[in-house]
Amino acid sequence: MVDMDLADVLSLYRQMLLIRRFEEKSAEMYALAKIAGFLHLYIGEEAIAVGAIASLRPDDYAISAYRDHGHCLARGSDPNRVMAELFGKATGLCKGKGGSMHLVDLPHRFMGGYAIVGGHIPLATGLAFANKYQSLDLVTVCFFGEGALPSGQAHEAFNLAALWKLPVIFICENNRYGMGTPAERAIALYGNVAETARSYGIAAESVDGMDVLAVRSVMQRVVAQVRAGHGPWFIEATTYRFMGHSMADPAHGHYRTKEEVEEYRKRDPLTLLKNTMMAQKLADEADFKQLEREIGEVMRAAVKFAEESPFPARSDLHADVVQE
Amino acid sequence: MELSYREALNQAMREEMRRDQRVFLIGEDVAYYQGAFKVSKGFIEEFGPQRVIDTPITEAGFTGLAIGAAMAGLHPIVELMTMNFGIVALDQIVNNAAKIRYMSGGQLSVPLVIRGPGSAAHQLGAQHSQSLEAWFCHVPGLKVIAPATPHDAKGLLKSAIRNPDPVIFIEAQLLYSTKGEVQEGEFTIPIGVAEVKRTGRDVTIVAYSKMLLLALEAADALSREGVEAEVIDLRTLKPLDLQTIVASVKKTGRLVIVEEGWHFCGLGAQIAESVYSATFDYLDGPIRRVTGEDVPMPYCRPLEDAAIPDLPRVIEAVKSLL
Repeated sequence: MVDMDLADVLSLYRQMLLIRRFEEKSAEMYALAKIAGFLHLYIGEEAIAVGAIASLRPDDYAISAYRDHGHCLARGSDPNRVMAELFGKATGLCKGKGGSMHLVDLPHRFMGGYAIVGGHIPLATGLAFANKYQSLDLVTVCFFGEGALPSGQAHEAFNLAALWKLPVIFICENNRYGMGTPAERAIALYGNVAETARSYGIAAESVDGMDVLAVRSVMQRVVAQVRAGHGPWFIEATTYRFMGHSMADPAHGHYRTKEEVEEYRKRDPLTLLKNTMMAQKLADEADFKQLEREIGEVMRAAVKFAEESPFPARSDLHADVVQE
Repeated sequence: MELSYREALNQAMREEMRRDQRVFLIGEDVAYYQGAFKVSKGFIEEFGPQRVIDTPITEAGFTGLAIGAAMAGLHPIVELMTMNFGIVALDQIVNNAAKIRYMSGGQLSVPLVIRGPGSAAHQLGAQHSQSLEAWFCHVPGLKVIAPATPHDAKGLLKSAIRNPDPVIFIEAQLLYSTKGEVQEGEFTIPIGVAEVKRTGRDVTIVAYSKMLLLALEAADALSREGVEAEVIDLRTLKPLDLQTIVASVKKTGRLVIVEEGWHFCGLGAQIAESVYSATFDYLDGPIRRVTGEDVPMPYCRPLEDAAIPDLPRVIEAVKSLL
């Protein structure tokens, strides 16, 4: 049995709930045309960001792909400023210039969401390289979907990370679909994607990405190894996205069945942790209701903040292309 | 002191690496081989393998790694064995290096130099003989430098290394062994400032990198016929020093732009547009461009020569305006 400290576990649940409600609110705001462009929701995958990031120090780096709200929030970003960024407002994390797929929060060491599949994985090796170069005992955690695995840039990054023993942890969020294409039609080693990393000599393992305690437990061990200078790690976290690929894609779509989605929903990471906490008598329904009220308030405040914030001025268009 | 272009680059990097621990050199065969063109001669001995880093043949991988390292506060110098290989890293350069400051609302910066030889040398074939500067100049967020002389190469490379943004620094294989006077001691040359390399009253010739030498040769030949050309070396391609070109064109009324890159959508087209907008009433004739031909570079020498600007074509272009 995992060691269960109440405050600790409650905090994990709270973060997952924050992400869940944030994503639901984002979808609502998208439907109201307050948010435009691409919007990729993290619903169903919350346990990975929360479990992994809970094992980091505040000065460690995290970097992600385009489904990045969860990682950013788990890193500690202000939901008001994340929501404002989705609204394209001047008070957003990136002053309205990044948007959903390009959240960056430097003070929280969230080094960005990137939207060319596989393209940010070399950046993660670079962050890790810089830490090693400066003899800092920091680790870099790089999140990406299994859809990035066949990309050349992923393989170039794995090779360099292994070759130079860089302190980086690659977390493959295997939600089984690269947009609408299932892993078995995209990845030669789809049944064992961790083998991809092992072929480069990278230590690798798989974890149940629906179980936040399992993710955290694996990560605590792995982070210690990587921080101690034993080279990179690869973690496959098996998961499932409950929503469509983006807001343009309905919850199940043509490429998977409603039954399949329902089957995975039985292992909802929030429900799993809640059941464990109830079984262990760490919390009761009243506690969860209280938490819901609290997070509901955070969401109302975030939307209000985003709504009331101004758009950037036209004069900001050319700012930050290069250093002025 | 007289230095070769290669030695000038070597000095620039060496001085900056001595000055700033954050600067390191990374690329294929930059350490023990001393660089494909020996630009990093002696570096592994002085700075060691922590700061002079041989990579596998993985341009996207190590360029991306350098960008990540720059985001974390280091100042990498990426050597591309040739600029042609930058195409393999173009996603990293265009989608990451150039955009990260903007996308992050100014939170992140990428102080990075990507350098290596561009343009044709002799008979290297279609995949190793390209002038891709117009591609890089097209991308907001990148600065592009292409010096022609050892002095400019040294001063501009030092500025590029100290610059807080990504800089594409284009050398030329045929320039590496050329020699020139280089100022003694510590100096830098500001990015974005062209230089009048020869003054004249009759026509302005704008050129950069290897083509500057051709423009100066043409100016000498024209001078013997009584035509005085003013030759401007752009040195930095982006940001473009339009002011220096405009001042010269207002004086001469005629402009010829010489570039080795392909004609269609070439850099000269943009320069011409900018100059037309600023000096239309001062021009005595159309702006002429002497460019590379719109073909993949052929291997055999006669066809290769036909594809690259040469002396007769520059002289003809000037004379067509007189």
